[in-house]
Amino acid sequence: MQLRLNEDQELFRRTVRQFLEREAPLTTVRELTDDPAGFDRAWWRKGAELGWTSMLVPEKLGGGSLSGEGLRDLAIVAEEMGRLVSPGPLLPTNVVVAALAESSTVDEHTAVIEALLSGEAVAAWAAPTPASAPTVNARATADGYVLGGVAEPVEAGAQADYLLVTASTDGGLTQFLVPADAPGVVRTPLDSLDLVRRFARVSFEGVTVSTVVGTPDGAAEALERQLQTALVLQAAETAGAIERVLEFTVAWAFDRYSFGRPLASYQALKHRFADMKTWVEACHATTTAAAVAAQERSVDAAELVSVAKAYIGDRATEVVQDCVQMHGGIGVTWEHDLHLYLRRVTSNRVTYGTPNDHRRRIADLIEAGSAA
Amino acid sequence: MSEDLQAFRLRARAWLEQNMPRAADAAAPSDDGRDDEAWVRARELQRILFDGGFAGLCYPTEYGGQGLTPAHQRVFNEESAGYEMPLLLNVPTFSICAPAILDFGTEEQKQQFLPGVIRGDIVLVQFLSEPRGGSDLAGAITRGTRDGDMFMLNGSKIWSSNAYAADYGLCLARTDWDAPKHRGLTMFIVKVHQPGVEVRRIKQVNGNMEFCQEFFDDVPIPASHVLGDVNGGWAVASRLLFHERTAVGGGSPYVSGPAGVERSGEAAPDLLSVARAGGSLGDPVVRELIGEDRVLERVADQLALRVTEGIRGQELPDSAASVLRLFMATANVRRTTIGMEVAGPRAAAWPSSAFREGGLFGVNFLFRQGSSLGGGSVEMARNLISERLLGMPREFAADRDVPFSQVRQSKT
Repeated sequence: MQLRLNEDQELFRRTVRQFLEREAPLTTVRELTDDPAGFDRAWWRKGAELGWTSMLVPEKLGGGSLSGEGLRDLAIVAEEMGRLVSPGPLLPTNVVVAALAESSTVDEHTAVIEALLSGEAVAAWAAPTPASAPTVNARATADGYVLGGVAEPVEAGAQADYLLVTASTDGGLTQFLVPADAPGVVRTPLDSLDLVRRFARVSFEGVTVSTVVGTPDGAAEALERQLQTALVLQAAETAGAIERVLEFTVAWAFDRYSFGRPLASYQALKHRFADMKTWVEACHATTTAAAVAAQERSVDAAELVSVAKAYIGDRATEVVQDCVQMHGGIGVTWEHDLHLYLRRVTSNRVTYGTPNDHRRRIADLIEAGSAA
Repeated sequence: MSEDLQAFRLRARAWLEQNMPRAADAAAPSDDGRDDEAWVRARELQRILFDGGFAGLCYPTEYGGQGLTPAHQRVFNEESAGYEMPLLLNVPTFSICAPAILDFGTEEQKQQFLPGVIRGDIVLVQFLSEPRGGSDLAGAITRGTRDGDMFMLNGSKIWSSNAYAADYGLCLARTDWDAPKHRGLTMFIVKVHQPGVEVRRIKQVNGNMEFCQEFFDDVPIPASHVLGDVNGGWAVASRLLFHERTAVGGGSPYVSGPAGVERSGEAAPDLLSVARAGGSLGDPVVRELIGEDRVLERVADQLALRVTEGIRGQELPDSAASVLRLFMATANVRRTTIGMEVAGPRAAAWPSSAFREGGLFGVNFLFRQGSSLGGGSVEMARNLISERLLGMPREFAADRDVPFSQVRQSKT
């Protein structure tokens, strides 16, 4: 597989960028700060028309990707959204719609898949991180299951129309598709660092469910696959964000003069920019490798998505903090856009497993590999 | 159309199985830091590869290579894991010096040197740095004085790796003292073992003795051994530096053999077994360090691929090789520290039978900065990245556009 994007993909990137710059510039992001949903449903439907929800779904179910490599195409959208810290439940909706489409129970989910594809509905993914055990459990009853427990934080949990919930069952892990308005689902919005990305605490108080996704007690493999998709999209978004931050900070270093010289002429600062440039290139490199591995479902995909998360999680926040330092006092003001990016990359660093969680997961994988 | 990668892989696998010795059976490296026998062995191994048609994969066929793509070389490198390979020849012979001859050599020079290199008969070395200072390479004061069809070489070079084992050195010398510093340099191809050349070995803190200093005393060099133009040596030196940054960063298509191994049989023990031996494998902090080490190893490879493909596809300028060079050094600094940390007290005191699970990590730590110095310091790499890639203003230089004879030199 090519590491580089082909011409169609590059064209698609430009289209996405133009759309986002026109429809969701940073001023819009700021305006959405006080909006309870954090995104506009009509805008999300337009994105869906551009393919933002359909790339991980096969054509026979109404989806389709540009290149046949859906995750890599979708990573382009995520990267561009990172450049503008865009709103919208791109990650959870895609993880869930892909999970439904890939499941053995797909025939039972076609209506929900269709609603997610069109942008009429959005979804949340309530799943444990690599470092935590499931906090939701399901008890089998005569005609289905009853869910109990709490999931937190759940991205877009309060906005979602459907929740894909991973619960521990007697024989392992089981995933359920739960309508957000099912009796007993209590959703409490959380305050969040990111201005437009919303999280919720979702408690399941005796929720009766009958829709199992995939095999009862056998969801571990599907969960791993969902985690890989989530981490690739998160990595791509973060890589896009820091690329943009470095661009405008380099421009600032040329424009800003002290002692009669541009900041860009000071070796002490030039060397820090060289480090940042190197880190940003490395972030792109590891994102591509993770996307290729997850796309191809190669044997090292589990490791490579964690490599990307562990590396980018740390580096991205450092790049943005360094860029704050390069800006001086203006960098810590509400007025400057830097904090929009710092909020996003920090949020991305600590959700879906922290860098240290993923380092331990890598050690586990190495150990399992060397024991095999 | 070159051979399909999968077909090539199967052919290489079968050939290696039949012809190359196993790394596990290779002679252990000597513990006095001298490795003269290893060099004899490397030449033998290279000859086996050459006879089998697996030498110089990315070199043109007219000079004894195979004319294949970097992707073929990567496949071959993967397949060569576990075999005894002539890894000593990778840097600088195959990945730095010979590529510069390919870039700048006359047809006669290419015919004279490249087939011999690919057969394992000719080993090359760089004579670039001088005792007067390493980073300011263009300030070289070794002199090449014209004398009819000959040049007489006088001066001294240092930090040349493995010069004692080499046949020819690419030597940067000043041939015009009235020109500004970059415009008075010439690159010579110098026979190493001849009267007038003295090679002294330098012992490093880790006991290694690969580095050398050379002294040149009226060494005659035929004008036909000028590489590139007379007084055009800086262009050749810049190219050598590019190849060096690419090689040090892990992105050279001319490096042959398994990744991450510098000498057969010397792959560092994995940190997992080191932690297990030290009883710390259950410590979550140690497990995080082991994970971090793997992260840096992987990202280094991923970045090497991104940058080399980018340079080859001309989406990135050649100066992007400095990004690789910088990443590799900083990753190595961190990984060396992690190794020492995971080895714990065994890095300070170890039973001699357990050197490779303990003391090795302590000794490696002593030499940690080596990878931030050799191949151009990371400070130079940071200058290059900020100035060439980001377009920031260049550092002030007092010797720019001044006749070199008027440039002030160190006081000692």
